[in-house]
Amino acid sequence: MAESLRPSAAGPSAEGGRAGRRRLAGRALGRVRGGFVLRRVVRFVVSLAVLLVASFAMMHLIPGDPVRASLGPAAPVELVAARRAALGLDEPILSQLLSYVGNVFRGDFGTSFLSGEPVREIIASRLPNTVGLALLATAAALLVAVPLGMWAAIRTENGRNRGTEVTFTSATGAAIAVPEFLYSIALVTVFAIGLRWFPPAGKAGPVSYVLPILSLAISPTAMIARISRVETLRELGMDYVRLARAKRLPAARLYFRHVLPNTLTATLTVGGLLLGALIAGSVLVEYVFAWPGLGLRVVESITQKDYPVAQGVILVYGAIVLVVNLLVDLLLGVLDPTSKLKET
Amino acid sequence: MRHLLRTPAGIAGTLLVALMVILAIAGPLIWGAEAERIDSAVILQGASAAHPLGTDNLGRDILARVLVAGRLSLTLAMIATLIGATAGVILGALPSVLPRRGARLVTGTVNALVAFPGLLLAMFTAVIAGLGARGAVLGIGAAIAPGFARLTQTLAASVAGADYVAVARMLGVSRWRVMTRHVLPNIAEPLILQLTQVLGGALLALAGMSFLGLGVQPPSFDWGRLLFDGFGRIYATPAVALGPAAAIALAGIGFNLLGDVLARAASRRATPTDAAAGRAVPEVGELGEPDPDAVLEVRDLTVTFPGGVTPVRGLSLTIAPGEIVGLVGESGSGKSLTAAAIGGLVPYPGEVSAGRLRMCGADVRELPEDECRKLLGTSLAMVFQDPMAALNPALKVGGQLAEVATVHQGASRAEAFARAVDRLEHVRIPEPAARARQHPHELSGGMRQRAVIAMGLMGAPRLIIADEPTTALDVTVQREILRLLREVTDETGAATLFISHDIAVIGELCHRVVVMYAGRVVEELPVGELASGAAHPYTRALVASLPDMETDRSLPLASIPGRQPSPAEVPGGCAFADRCELASAKCAELPPLIPYRAGHRVACWEAK
Amino acid sequence: MIIKNLTVRFGAFTAVDDVTLEIPDGAIVGLVGESGSGKSTLARAVSGLVPYTGVVEGVDPSRVQMVFQDPLTSLDPRMTIGASVAEGLRLPRAARQAEVERLLTLVSLPVALAERYPRELSGGQRQRVAIARALGVRPALLIADEITSALDVSVQGAVLNLIRSLREEIGLSMLFISHNLAVVRYVSDVVAVMHRGRLVEAGPTEEVVKAPSDAYTRSLLDAVPRLARS
Repeated sequence: MAESLRPSAAGPSAEGGRAGRRRLAGRALGRVRGGFVLRRVVRFVVSLAVLLVASFAMMHLIPGDPVRASLGPAAPVELVAARRAALGLDEPILSQLLSYVGNVFRGDFGTSFLSGEPVREIIASRLPNTVGLALLATAAALLVAVPLGMWAAIRTENGRNRGTEVTFTSATGAAIAVPEFLYSIALVTVFAIGLRWFPPAGKAGPVSYVLPILSLAISPTAMIARISRVETLRELGMDYVRLARAKRLPAARLYFRHVLPNTLTATLTVGGLLLGALIAGSVLVEYVFAWPGLGLRVVESITQKDYPVAQGVILVYGAIVLVVNLLVDLLLGVLDPTSKLKET
Repeated sequence: MRHLLRTPAGIAGTLLVALMVILAIAGPLIWGAEAERIDSAVILQGASAAHPLGTDNLGRDILARVLVAGRLSLTLAMIATLIGATAGVILGALPSVLPRRGARLVTGTVNALVAFPGLLLAMFTAVIAGLGARGAVLGIGAAIAPGFARLTQTLAASVAGADYVAVARMLGVSRWRVMTRHVLPNIAEPLILQLTQVLGGALLALAGMSFLGLGVQPPSFDWGRLLFDGFGRIYATPAVALGPAAAIALAGIGFNLLGDVLARAASRRATPTDAAAGRAVPEVGELGEPDPDAVLEVRDLTVTFPGGVTPVRGLSLTIAPGEIVGLVGESGSGKSLTAAAIGGLVPYPGEVSAGRLRMCGADVRELPEDECRKLLGTSLAMVFQDPMAALNPALKVGGQLAEVATVHQGASRAEAFARAVDRLEHVRIPEPAARARQHPHELSGGMRQRAVIAMGLMGAPRLIIADEPTTALDVTVQREILRLLREVTDETGAATLFISHDIAVIGELCHRVVVMYAGRVVEELPVGELASGAAHPYTRALVASLPDMETDRSLPLASIPGRQPSPAEVPGGCAFADRCELASAKCAELPPLIPYRAGHRVACWEAK
Repeated sequence: MIIKNLTVRFGAFTAVDDVTLEIPDGAIVGLVGESGSGKSTLARAVSGLVPYTGVVEGVDPSRVQMVFQDPLTSLDPRMTIGASVAEGLRLPRAARQAEVERLLTLVSLPVALAERYPRELSGGQRQRVAIARALGVRPALLIADEITSALDVSVQGAVLNLIRSLREEIGLSMLFISHNLAVVRYVSDVVAVMHRGRLVEAGPTEEVVKAPSDAYTRSLLDAVPRLARS
């Protein structure tokens, strides 16, 4: 029977076109899913290895002697030599790398030049504050942005309501353009110093989360809302939407049951990638709010040349971003049966 | 340039960026001395008439310092952008020049780097390069490079995959020339436009670095550094942070808005602009009594778009139960918009007007909203060209079918699903229960088109509108779908409107044929007369130009010179006159669609 | 020229399976098949765009040219018609102008079109430009891949007439690929039928059309929609 699944020469050949390619991708899914997870995990491991080598190399790429640079020109020669020996800086480079990697996996990130505290403890005490802030901000951004983008798309479909479109794009454009540290300064000035509604700094109870989360979430909200609008507009132009309209389905059913699931892949991908950017952006916000997270500490360590702390914290930041990206990819792979990600 | 000034965002962006550039050039010349003047009498003051934004710890005027700092902020951002963009373009272009393994290595590295947030890369570089402007600029440059490389790669790959590059390769054009002549010119524009946004981003990132104390160090100062100084005093004198913060925000917004508008202009350049033309004159005719037997009765249907674009002009059509009417025409004849207008699916800003639009015994424009919804939801079935796009990829096939029954007929989910399986079986989908639980991508194209037809059978279809339903299918599958459509029509007694560009398919399936040209019906005839009894010269030429299995191979094929006028430039008289051998002076006047023989009408002055 | 035992694999999938096909000099060989039959992959293999196993004898690979389905994507939007046609010419600069004019005339286009850009032309004109450009390198074999599929019927006739006149006037050898059996029958001397990567039948056009030997060819012939002419 001609209706049975025909072999398709899709892929590199031009035949079959878009439908053929999707058909092939769909049918190959069973086989591909295992391979897809494996490929993503391999990519994660490779990136992690690159990150480890880079953070190790950081210490060695600093011009001159990091210990001397850190302790200053007045420090006695014996102290510098002792520190160098303690850090193992006099050993061959390869054995240094191996012991560095070994130490990292044992959770040993060295000790601070300045306070003598183990870097692990600094990270352990501050990481939850940073991650908590970033997760809450991402959740807030997604909750507001996805419906906002959909609403804007529905109102501006096929170029109707030009006014809404102009307002939406200008407002989101402006919101994206203003960096988070300016939002924090503005919010502190108005709501903490001026109106005294919220504490200006520090972490003390749920109220203290409001301003930092707002500062972090505004730009990502605007960005995700834009993606959500574009994706919704694209889906609204598809034949299945025309067919659903021809079937005279109620609007709510059309938008939430038919359109929304198809827009979520791209929206969540961007949301996931933004989480990484947001974690980095939190460095500035933490600085403004004196938030006891990793960001504040990494800035201090760089200005004070406390290299082991800077090295450890940057490594942890990078690792978090990699883990987040891996999780987003895997989650999408499970959620979206036709994900285009799998082809790469 | 016109693009920039058309929208408020474009105007605002252009003005802000122009302001920043002027400030960067003129600022230090005008306020340079003022910004450096130390006055121990006015140390750490708040806003005052003499110093609107206050003074710093050496009594220098902060407003003057903000105005002067623009130059350094912008210059550093430009250097960082230049470094980042150059490195990015090189990294991005390398894979198309390097051997396979090297290319993969570069691509992999870029992919890995893109994942890391820019600020992290910048801090990493700044640690190595040392505190200060140099470290920050190098760091931001390093942070820009991966994203730019990725963009270059994506753009180059899309151009390299184009047919014209394949053709150039076959013509023996060298790799280098392909890169310089075809790939680079086609990606340069988006890349250059992207620079505006990248520059804005670099400016903000540098401000951020300086604000953290990791960027510009005293005695130099940029906006970020001024903000750093002002931030410490924000509790006592908030005004001192206002100036630099506003400068950074305005610069960021300016570059971003401008970049946005430029990027959109680039993506729109490909689409041609519509030519404005004269308005269509609505054709008014006697409506008469509605035909009680007709399932579909349309009188004087017109679809217009702004700018005088009128793709459908006064079309009239009647279909009886069990009848299959073929609507044939070439691309741009208005046949698909006719289908959309009947189905109520004309996209905004199109406007539909008609003297009469009756479907299943009622004028759909007069019915209350929910009755109309119910009537059309259960008695109108539509089938479109692309069977992949017609089913929702995220939902299972069975659920999509069942929906009609649960929404319009109040069936329970189990009942609806059972009916869906039954309908799938009816259109001869093997293992219907299993197929109903699958997603659309697991079905072949022909099977998906069957599922769409089955969806139409969920209610009690009285009108089926099929818009090029077999165009995307293979001939053997096409034949089965045509057979299925005919069976469904016979069985349900539904009226079918079948739209196609393929006159042979129409001839095979339909009872009656309606030929459209430039938005109007030019001929309406029984299918038996199509091959040799057509009266309109356009219909005759269309039939003659179609090769079939009996065409005499020793004779050249007929073809029609010229082309169909676009919906914006249809002339007042006969639209086909320009291409017609029989055209006479009379054709300057619009020929009416008049009876020619029994069941045969034609709109031509010369038809005998 | 002759294609011998040509096979193309994409991973585990065999797109073209051991195809042997002769294209006599000065003949038009029509290749029909449905989507996924491997006909376009075969074309891309013969023109060197896809790696394959097997041999292609009797033709210099650099003298195989291909014309694609959509003329708008196969012409660089930033080059004038004249520049596009001139690109492949291996001629001194001075002689190019004249050659471009000769080629445009050969495909029945006005010489003035050389100054225009692809978007200013109609679909049929663009397809003729694509053919003119391919002819510029005096190909030993021209592969036409679904070149009329994107065109309206009223324009298709002119392109098909051009193909036939080119064979008569300059003795061009051609592999003409289409899913439309009626079109293939009209232009070809020999018809070859592909199905699931294999060549199931090949022979003189009238023979294949009147008395097909393969069951698949028969089902394909049965499926061709016909206008009942009296």
